[in-house]
Amino acid sequence: MSHQVITLPGAGHADVLSVTHADEPKRPRSWSRRDVVELLLSAVAAAGATGTLFVIMDWRSLVAATIWWFLLFVVIYRIEVGANHGPIVAADRMMTATIAAGGLICFALLVWIVSFVIGKGLPALRPGFFTQDLSKVGPLNPGGGALHAIIGTLEQVGIATAVVVPLAILTAVYLHEMKGRMAPLIRFIVDAMSGLPSIVAGLLVYTIWILQFHRGFSGMAGAVALVVLMLPTVTRTSEEILRTIDDGLRESALALGAPQWRVIARVVLPTARSGLVTAAILGVARGVGETAPMILTAFGSPKTNLSPVTSPQSDLPLFVWSLIRQPNATQIERAWTGALILVFLVLALFTIARVLGEASFGRSRR
Amino acid sequence: MSVDEANLQEIGVLEPDACDALIPSGAAKLDAQNVSAWFGRKKVLEGVSLVMEPGKVTALIGPSGCGKSTFLRILNRMHEVIPGAAVGGTIMLDELDIYDDQVSPTRVRKRIGMVFQKPNPFPSMSIEQNVLSGLRLSGATSDNRRELVEDSLQRAGLWNEVRNRLGEFGGSLSGGQQQRLCIARALAVKPRVLLMDEPCSALDPISTGVIEDTIRELAEDVTIVIVTHNMQQAQRVSNNCAFFLIEDEGAAGRMIESGPTKALFEDPQDMRTAGYVHGRFG
Repeated sequence: MSHQVITLPGAGHADVLSVTHADEPKRPRSWSRRDVVELLLSAVAAAGATGTLFVIMDWRSLVAATIWWFLLFVVIYRIEVGANHGPIVAADRMMTATIAAGGLICFALLVWIVSFVIGKGLPALRPGFFTQDLSKVGPLNPGGGALHAIIGTLEQVGIATAVVVPLAILTAVYLHEMKGRMAPLIRFIVDAMSGLPSIVAGLLVYTIWILQFHRGFSGMAGAVALVVLMLPTVTRTSEEILRTIDDGLRESALALGAPQWRVIARVVLPTARSGLVTAAILGVARGVGETAPMILTAFGSPKTNLSPVTSPQSDLPLFVWSLIRQPNATQIERAWTGALILVFLVLALFTIARVLGEASFGRSRR
Repeated sequence: MSVDEANLQEIGVLEPDACDALIPSGAAKLDAQNVSAWFGRKKVLEGVSLVMEPGKVTALIGPSGCGKSTFLRILNRMHEVIPGAAVGGTIMLDELDIYDDQVSPTRVRKRIGMVFQKPNPFPSMSIEQNVLSGLRLSGATSDNRRELVEDSLQRAGLWNEVRNRLGEFGGSLSGGQQQRLCIARALAVKPRVLLMDEPCSALDPISTGVIEDTIRELAEDVTIVIVTHNMQQAQRVSNNCAFFLIEDEGAAGRMIESGPTKALFEDPQDMRTAGYVHGRFG
């Protein structure tokens, strides 16, 4: 059995790093137990240094302490790994630690928000919350629920999505497949629209639909405002998706004698399916949490209103917004439960869309 | 003409096309006369006249950027797909001028198929659907799909490898198999001419060998025009050969010499051809 001694080339401290069997699998850049110990030691050392610093300076802020700790940790870790393994490994480890910290921060924020909403919303969550509305309960009575708001959100976002997705995909097809003469102008308008503040979209519908044509508040008016807000997001994302489709596919289809509309309908769009689903998801994500425009359009109501076209209708953001400002604990508790349902409704929609989008062709081997 | 097209013509959606006068099958002659090409204002090809004989393999050779691929794409009206591309001269498919106003480019492309450099089966379709995609895409129907799939895959030399996995996606095949699937896809619409743009340049030598065998077998009932950078390949597969070259920087590409492959390689008439086929430049 042959043994191999691995040393770092060019390192002045050419100590033996590891002794392995030649045919033993060893992954370059993998972490050994010693590397983990180094990491933990640096973390502890940084914590000690931070503690000392804060005692001396008589600082109190926990946030400042965390930032100081992280900066000291990176410096100490860099020096420690540099001394043990040389500069290449040190740079690699330092970047890994920094990037991992970034990922952890994002993940921690998400966990924090979701657990916060769960913690606040769970106490008032009962089965009745899904089957009752607020028309028969007073602000201090227990009971009641968000059925009317759930129905409203599903109808308003559903109508808006049904209008936006085909319209956005057709626009994206015009922008990227037809490359029509108006394309740059339309792209500019779509970009400008995506920066439109949502309250302005609400005001637009309010002024034209409700004041000018006297249609009254309704879920449909809310859906129209959502269309204005969702359209640019879905259009631009769809266009980017179409851009990723290999031109070779279009050429092959044309070379088989296909007219352009069949190339688009039978080759380009099916190939882009999964990406287009993602585009639609981003649109729904944009629309489902909108509150400001809904105040001016759907208006909100404590009663269950199945019809999106007549009389005011509630939805989950309006439900949360109107109850959280109330002075009594029952109402505030309801608001948090509404927020909880909104979060999980979005999660459920995303999951369903992902499953539908991914249930297409397997990845090609390349 | 398929049943579908006939119906569309009856209800007036589709005008009868001069293409329909052609005999529906068998190898056809392609006759290019004085063909030039432009991208915007830049002339990239000048005065090419070449007859591609029926049932023969014609190879187009020459250094990169000399206009071979452009010429090939002119032959089935794929050149005009590129914005700003223009073309001059005439191309006759047997008795039909394919650039005639009465002829639609989609119908020309059904009769003159094309295989590209990079294998690109449609990723959203299974192997079987890929073979049949030409029919679906051109709005035609077939009475016997099974037979057509088997026949096309047989001719492309792929049937035995995929007969038990027709439902799998085209992307699951190896590069060489994918290219043969693309050939089968092009053959399924029963073209009379097949254009191939460096079909083996992305493949390993064994896959290349298989595809060259396929090309030789196909030539019996389809006229083949192939662009290749590989001079050994041109000698192995082609009956006739045409040499393209750009003489000066920025000038348009021209055809220098054409003729039977053997003669062109063993006894070239032009100094420049001799220099290229003997590997002195390019």
